[in-house]
Amino acid sequence: MINIFAKFSSQLLVGLGWTVLSSIIALFFSLIIGTIFAIMEVLPSKVMRVIGHAYVEIMRNIPLLVITMFFYLVIPMYVVKINGFTAGTIGLTLYTSAFIAETIRSGIQSVSNGQMEGARSTGMTYWQAMRYIILPQAFKIVIPPLGNQFVNLVKNSSVLAFVAGFDLMYQANSIASTTFDTINSYLVVGVLYLIVTLPISYYMRHLEKKLG
Amino acid sequence: MKKKFWLLPLLACILMLTGCGKSVNDQSVLKNAKQSNTIVWGVKGDVKLFGLIDVRDGQQKGFDVDMAKHITKHILGPQGKAEFVTTTSQSRIPLLKNGNVDAVIATMSITPERKKIISFSKSYFDAGQSLLVPKNSSIKSTKDLNGKTVIGVVGANSVANIKKVAPKAKVIELQDYAQAMNALKSHQGDALTTDNGILFGLAVQNPGYEVRGGTFTVEPYGVAVNKGQTSFTEAVDKAVLEMQHNGEYNRLIKKWFGDVPGFKYKELYRR
Repeated sequence: MINIFAKFSSQLLVGLGWTVLSSIIALFFSLIIGTIFAIMEVLPSKVMRVIGHAYVEIMRNIPLLVITMFFYLVIPMYVVKINGFTAGTIGLTLYTSAFIAETIRSGIQSVSNGQMEGARSTGMTYWQAMRYIILPQAFKIVIPPLGNQFVNLVKNSSVLAFVAGFDLMYQANSIASTTFDTINSYLVVGVLYLIVTLPISYYMRHLEKKLG
Repeated sequence: MKKKFWLLPLLACILMLTGCGKSVNDQSVLKNAKQSNTIVWGVKGDVKLFGLIDVRDGQQKGFDVDMAKHITKHILGPQGKAEFVTTTSQSRIPLLKNGNVDAVIATMSITPERKKIISFSKSYFDAGQSLLVPKNSSIKSTKDLNGKTVIGVVGANSVANIKKVAPKAKVIELQDYAQAMNALKSHQGDALTTDNGILFGLAVQNPGYEVRGGTFTVEPYGVAVNKGQTSFTEAVDKAVLEMQHNGEYNRLIKKWFGDVPGFKYKELYRR
């Protein structure tokens, strides 16, 4: 295991870099998109609710690999050329955003109705109440499940390997097939994934304690 | 009592891990094959002309598959059965090492690196690496590849070769040939590289694409077996030699490559 890391450290670190970069981009955008759709799902307007539901149900019920392959193979053929890394990150963002939307929606709905009514009765608009009263409480409630989604997102970024996105998993496949040392190649990569995901897990736990 | 239950699966895993590593190499594949009257072959499932799964009956078909059937008959006699397991460039060596297959005949070039961990029979087919490009492509040979993106397949040595002949080419590795072909169609790369036999198969399936630039490496395909299985390797060599002498080999070459446009199959004839 140490041998593999020593021999291929530059290749592995490049992989780690792409994995982390893809995860950060996907995390940022999926959080934004997820929040937007979560709010859409609880709006009084029925049209908005239906659109929100449709997006969430479609995105979370299609395998991540299918979404990614669509952006890697179909979009470049008909629309615009995007490379493997971009396709993988877009797939990851859309897929994760659906789960984040569901998580946040459940958070919003678990804040009792009285909060919204109380806020509105003090003269706040619907959006002010959402922004200052409901969402802060909702986020606090959903921190543990949100942490799960973040960890999942990092792990799911291994989908990049299938579209030549140069991430950790891609490097693992490449190293395993040049050295034929399958066990150790994947062990090294497993450890590298842990290095990324464990801090997220622990930070989320810490945050949960601090806010809870 | 209840608490110790997690130990069981763990123990089972450890036993499996330590168990299979040893036993495979100690047993004689040839002896086992003769006892069960079956040889389990690892073949390709996505390579036209060599090993392609026919969607109508789910059977693998191709030159490699036919070679395996004939070699089986030569080793075990007319009643001998050949079983097939689909492998990819990436999985074929692990499957062989684990003992899931007795031998691999899956467009596998004999290379010094591979020889360190597995054994090969003598070459049964002489391929060479080439390029597949769209017909309107400006790429004529490997010289035009610098600065271009070349698509290869994980686990194939063609990727390492392309880095030698065109150091400035960007290489991306995909999971199998079907995906690599799709990526080429989606303009994710400018050329697809691997052995000419496989590329001609892809060109047959995909009009609009052609093989260019001749071959720039020599890739002798061999039957891969585990190290230490000398008796089996020798039996395979003997079978291939017999097939070359009695014309079976040439018939198979003609059967699979006779109709491929642009492929000089007669150069592959052996006597």
